[in-house]
Amino acid sequence: MGAVISVVLYILLAPIVGGLLAGLDRKITARMQGRIGPSILQPFYDVRKLFAKETLSIGKFQYLTIISFLIFVIFTGACFFAGLDILLVFFVLTTAAMFFVLAAGLPNSPFSRMGAMRELVQMLAYEPMVLLVAVGLYKATGTFVIKDIISSDVSAIVYLPGMFIGFLYILTIKFRKSPFDLSTSHHAHQELVKGITTELSGKTFAILEITHWYENVMLLGVVALFILNSSVWSIPVAIVVCLLAYFLEILIDNTCARVKWDFMLKSAWIVTIIFGTVNLLILQYLF
Amino acid sequence: MEFVAFLVLFPFVVAALLACSKNNGVRKVVVYAGSAIIIAAAIYYSVTGFLSGETAYYFTEAGPVNIIMMCGEVFLMCLIVVLSIKHKKILPIILSVTQTGLMLWFELLAHKPEAAEEAHYFMLSDKLTLIMCLIVAVVGCLICVYAVGYLKDYHGHHTEYKDRRSFFCAMLFVFLGAMFGLIFSDNLIWMYFFWEITSVSSFLLIGYTKTEEAVTNSFRALWMNLLGGLGFCLAIIYCELSLGIASLSGLLASGLENSIIVLPVILLAFAALTKSAQFPFSKWLLGAMVAPTPSSALLHSATMVKAGVYLLLRLAPVMEGNVAGTMVSLIGGITFFAASVLAITQSDGKSVLAYSTISNLGLITACAGVGTKEAVWAGALLVIFHAVSKSLLFQTVGSVEHTIGSRDIEDMTGLVRTYPVLAGALTIGIAGMFLAPFGMLISKWAVLKSVLDAGGISTLIVILIVFGSATTLFYWTKWLCKILVQAPKDKQKNKTSCDQLTSIGIHAFLMIALCIVFPLIATNVLEPMIANMFGVSDVLVLSAMDMVIMVVMLVMVFAIPFICSFFAKNAKVTEAKEYIAGINVGTNDAFVDSFYNEKPLTVSNWYMGEMVNVNKWMLSMTWLGSAIIVVFIILAAGGAL
Amino acid sequence: MAKLSKSPWIMHYDGSSCNGCDIEVLACLTPVYDVERFGIINTGNPKHADILLITGGINTQNKPVVEQIYSQMPNPKVVVAVGICACNGGVFKECYNILGGADQVIPVDVYVPGCAARPESIIDGVVKALDILEKKQAEMENKASSEE
Repeated sequence: MGAVISVVLYILLAPIVGGLLAGLDRKITARMQGRIGPSILQPFYDVRKLFAKETLSIGKFQYLTIISFLIFVIFTGACFFAGLDILLVFFVLTTAAMFFVLAAGLPNSPFSRMGAMRELVQMLAYEPMVLLVAVGLYKATGTFVIKDIISSDVSAIVYLPGMFIGFLYILTIKFRKSPFDLSTSHHAHQELVKGITTELSGKTFAILEITHWYENVMLLGVVALFILNSSVWSIPVAIVVCLLAYFLEILIDNTCARVKWDFMLKSAWIVTIIFGTVNLLILQYLF
Repeated sequence: MEFVAFLVLFPFVVAALLACSKNNGVRKVVVYAGSAIIIAAAIYYSVTGFLSGETAYYFTEAGPVNIIMMCGEVFLMCLIVVLSIKHKKILPIILSVTQTGLMLWFELLAHKPEAAEEAHYFMLSDKLTLIMCLIVAVVGCLICVYAVGYLKDYHGHHTEYKDRRSFFCAMLFVFLGAMFGLIFSDNLIWMYFFWEITSVSSFLLIGYTKTEEAVTNSFRALWMNLLGGLGFCLAIIYCELSLGIASLSGLLASGLENSIIVLPVILLAFAALTKSAQFPFSKWLLGAMVAPTPSSALLHSATMVKAGVYLLLRLAPVMEGNVAGTMVSLIGGITFFAASVLAITQSDGKSVLAYSTISNLGLITACAGVGTKEAVWAGALLVIFHAVSKSLLFQTVGSVEHTIGSRDIEDMTGLVRTYPVLAGALTIGIAGMFLAPFGMLISKWAVLKSVLDAGGISTLIVILIVFGSATTLFYWTKWLCKILVQAPKDKQKNKTSCDQLTSIGIHAFLMIALCIVFPLIATNVLEPMIANMFGVSDVLVLSAMDMVIMVVMLVMVFAIPFICSFFAKNAKVTEAKEYIAGINVGTNDAFVDSFYNEKPLTVSNWYMGEMVNVNKWMLSMTWLGSAIIVVFIILAAGGAL
Repeated sequence: MAKLSKSPWIMHYDGSSCNGCDIEVLACLTPVYDVERFGIINTGNPKHADILLITGGINTQNKPVVEQIYSQMPNPKVVVAVGICACNGGVFKECYNILGGADQVIPVDVYVPGCAARPESIIDGVVKALDILEKKQAEMENKASSEE
């Protein structure tokens, strides 16, 4: 019953929370740059506008792939908040991301295609760490099932400090924040125009925005997974940690210049090896 | 017993018929009839086998078979020696003469018949055998059917090669016969005989075109496999002379606790590693691509390489946690990762497939090396899915090559527009290789879970697997994008022959069917198999909830695009041209350059050539693999002495 | 209901201008003017844009580009000609290759004069454009409902 409630809450609230977080992001970014910035509700205005606009389409497949992306992300999030198997959740998330790459990789447009390729490189960069997080949570708590992970006596982060750092590193790639905003960018005048989203417009673009909100909430849920334990008091702590992680990503976004893809790939893998695998090896052989 | 003898011998009969028939029409009839009979027999045999649920034992008396096999071995040796002298190669002669000499000495002089009698049977068929039997029969025979149409096109395209179609088709069936013999054999000497036949027939198939490259590659394949054969031969001799064991089941029965079996097990595993093209022996499989596509499809999917992993899966219960298991899982894990990195750098479709075969076999090998129940479960599942999807992919790429005149992935841009049927088959194959609800992913999931619970170096294997998963994702997705790109091209007339489409179509259907009935396979086929192999009563690898989610996802993957396409049809959208900085000439595939000239627009995939140097990787992996094998065999030998 | 005016996204196209107006357009994004507080984003992509800001005149080479970019913007959309060159060709009007202002090739909704146009007047022009955008949106919806 609890699982059903949290899934329903996720499906209803995630876009609201995700949109507010996106609004907060723009506000904080503006303040960091000495500007006033838009309203917190700005992302909702944007999406409402996009729905009101005409949708330009390169082919029928765009609708198909983008809606598939949305539904798969919601399904992933639902599995996650229902407390199912974390490894399964990550595998489904990969499939969802595949639809996004297809949506951009199918038009014969150079900007969109390059964006799709870069998105693939980003997936290549973050995928090992994501899977290692699942493995690490298993080693720390003895189960892959999210429901059981959060009801263990000790927070997973106690065993997995390295994994946590590694996950924060690849979270920047997942959120498509600078210095790793290779596949798309929030700023104009880029060599890639809007990269992976270039050929989306109107409703398809609006659906994509909403999908990202769902995805971001789920990713912050993974951050919370490191903190949550059987104690009720871990819940507010987890929320605070999620917000701090989100703030950290905004800070990184505003203080780092974009890097080249090969730097991103190499650094993400090095971080994965140093923090992820060393953490895992210590868990395996010392505990 | 009659059925097993029939399955083993009938392909040889068909091969003999094919070798004699010079008429194309007759050959086609023979191939179709032979394949249909083999498939029907195999299905009947497997279904009855599964329903009875008993392990069946055959050939309690060897009779004259041993003598025939000995003659066969001598014949194979002579063949190798003659061909090697003709092409001035010395290594195969040394290896072949050594091992055949050893075997002859052993069988004629040192053999203790009472040891062989102890087992009371020479062939057996349990559930793993039945699974392999189905794969070999269905996938293998369909490839033969495909070959009929393919070779006609092939010799139309390549008039420079001598037309030896009869020989080629005959060798395909010889291969199938040898595979049946190999999977049913329990007696090690019998198994060794069929093992050698597959080595030699793959050598003959690879050298089919007789070009310089083909000859070089075929001899490479030969000596590598003969080296494995030598290991096999030493294992047999050691087993019987010092342990008094003559059969695989005897070896397995002596149990994990028995440390003296480590040496023969590691030698057999070494033979299996050469056959399944793990590092450092991967080069022969890459070179095998020079042969016509049906032989690559056969080598990569249902036979040859599967013979290696079949033996490894058989040995898995006695490899868990010991030196042999550590070596095998380490080699498998490294191969899985390294080969998938190398696959990223390739643009030749067949080359990508070859690297991905090596990589996936690495995963199966790692499973076998870990040797736990769950790992073997995952390994067997991978064998099934990999056989079907890889065979499908190879055949489709072969047909694409004949249709568009190239097998380069860059030339497959927009294949979905020009040749939708072939593109659809490729998409199903690729999806089967890595997408979520399909087989490979289920297996990878199970692998991660099972490997985690095992002790020893399992953490290292996990790390290799997570990195390998990421690289696997990369090269498949970029290929998929290339095929499905909506390039402004018109639909072309289908040029693929009916034989090829029949085989491709059945494979595609099988691929989807396998995914749909996956829960049934898991509970009714794989779990009894594991229970049978490990002698335990209940095996639960995936929980019921996991199964439910898998089925839900499967429904979603088919249903969502279907529903969405309905939406997409009714959605209010305005057709627009793609944005190319305002200089699109209006066709989406060209732009205006600064001199007002139209320039074609091409966007190629990423191959990361500047990051991964193929030759360096191959070289370092060869050394690393060799070092691991040498060190572990010395360790095993030291432990045994 | 103002659906569009709260989030007008701008695409800036630089014709044959002297770059004076372009600097002023970018100045609007700086902390001093900060147009993002109105939800205005400078996007580089016509497919995401609602407002096309054109600076500089139209010449024979950029004529097809301007036409194509305009055609790749989803409806409803408005065009703001920024600076005298974009309004009628300005000081370059008599040049051999200049066709004139932006209205020679696409329909212009708002003219912002000046050489260079000041950020305040550019913002003013965009705000005027928002009213037109809303009107066009209403028309589009009426048309869609009458068709049904």
